[in-house]
Amino acid sequence: MSRRPRTDGGDGHLPDGVEPRTFDGDQRLATRGEPVYGEPVQDGWRAWDPGRSKLGALLGRGVETGFTGDDTVLYLGAASGTTVSHVADFAGPTYAVEFAPRPARDLVRVAESRPNLFPLLKDARRPETYAHVVESGVDVLFQDVATRGQGDVACRNRQFLADDGWLVATIKARSEDVTGPTEVTFGHVVETIEAEYEVVTTERMDPLHEDHLAVVARPR
Amino acid sequence: MTGDGWFVGTARDDTATGAGHVREGRADAPADWPARAVEAGFAPDEEAYYAALHEACVAATRAAATEAERAGDQQLVHAVRAMDDCTRTANELAERLSEWAGALFDEEGGGVGFAREVVDREPTGPDEERAISLAERVVGLVDEADELEAYVETRAPTVAPNLSAMAGPVLAARLIALAGGLESLAKKPSGTVQVLGAEDALFAHLRGHASSPKHGVIYTHEYVRGTRPEDRGSAARALAGKLTIAARVDHYSGDRKPELDEELDERMATIRARAEDDATATDEGGDE
Repeated sequence: MSRRPRTDGGDGHLPDGVEPRTFDGDQRLATRGEPVYGEPVQDGWRAWDPGRSKLGALLGRGVETGFTGDDTVLYLGAASGTTVSHVADFAGPTYAVEFAPRPARDLVRVAESRPNLFPLLKDARRPETYAHVVESGVDVLFQDVATRGQGDVACRNRQFLADDGWLVATIKARSEDVTGPTEVTFGHVVETIEAEYEVVTTERMDPLHEDHLAVVARPR
Repeated sequence: MTGDGWFVGTARDDTATGAGHVREGRADAPADWPARAVEAGFAPDEEAYYAALHEACVAATRAAATEAERAGDQQLVHAVRAMDDCTRTANELAERLSEWAGALFDEEGGGVGFAREVVDREPTGPDEERAISLAERVVGLVDEADELEAYVETRAPTVAPNLSAMAGPVLAARLIALAGGLESLAKKPSGTVQVLGAEDALFAHLRGHASSPKHGVIYTHEYVRGTRPEDRGSAARALAGKLTIAARVDHYSGDRKPELDEELDERMATIRARAEDDATATDEGGDE
């Protein structure tokens, strides 16, 4: 693997640039950057709210995500930029794709103070509309799109990922099938992902994010 | 230019062209764009490349988001017009129905409430069957108008957040519809916004046989309707002024500015205080 060794020493799976800090007596994960959504800030560190951010929740649980710090990241489903703002704080070049115009406007505001964050108003189901901008060989493909066909989205965007890269996808069951049993829905999505990836771990995200499954995988 | 990076055919300091490429371009597959851009002489190093990429992406996404949202104003225009059409047609048919049903059934009544009662009846012959079927159309149109109103209420705050907060979503949508779009509303002077929807009265005035209208559709706003008649002109003028500013903020920046509402509230408090002053003056009386 071409990835550089970890230097976080003792924080387990936390990428460089993400640290547990104490806010008002509570231990919380934090990154360094301009505040975005009214989160508590201390000495330049912004608290990362695990209830508003699935990635924040995953890191808080100690799940290995492949982020090491300074990574090149393709982030699909950036919404208004809550989570991607933290990612850009610790990662390297971060491409943030969002489909809806309203949140994209907030995303632009988040990107203004972060020179390594590149906002794109594009449809994650159509990579050909941003393949002329997003570079190949990204270290982490993070996906949080609430649309049907979340497994397909992961597969279609495999082309951006380095062979030794990581896919971290949070799957929303209700976006695939409103009524069906979530376990069955997750099964279908994971099966689709397995066409292009080798699944490392899956993790239910209840209770902070109900009906969501996190899938961590490596390209085949 | 399938296959080319966004930076091909533009200069590093030409953000506008770069942003255009980010929006319009496409490629079948990604490549190591930073390295290629440096090779091609677009940027001296990757750091400079990423700086240019950042500028282009921010500009492209800001413009694309604004344009896409603006297109939403036309949906709003259609929806609010359709809503008014449904309501008007429902009322017209309800009148026809009450005439007809009044002759057929014992009970009499009018309006949509009556139509809902008629719908529940079991027809006893072909005449009643037709009348009840007509009542169903009336109820259907009213339900559709309600659905459209719900749509307008969720849609208007996205298209015009400040205008919707100040005027309420439905009045905001009506103003946009009367102007023909958010952009044209933002370009109208406040005196025009004040009388939008009162065109008949305005033209009568311009032909010289009527006084100028004090307000158009903004009459439905509590700040006009709830103000005593002699102060309504002032209230309408003040409201129209702030609505115009709200429409301009919505069109040109899109940021929500709650201070606009506060300014209007203060102005209205001043206007309404006149009524209290007058009342006090009359009570004290004597010096007239």
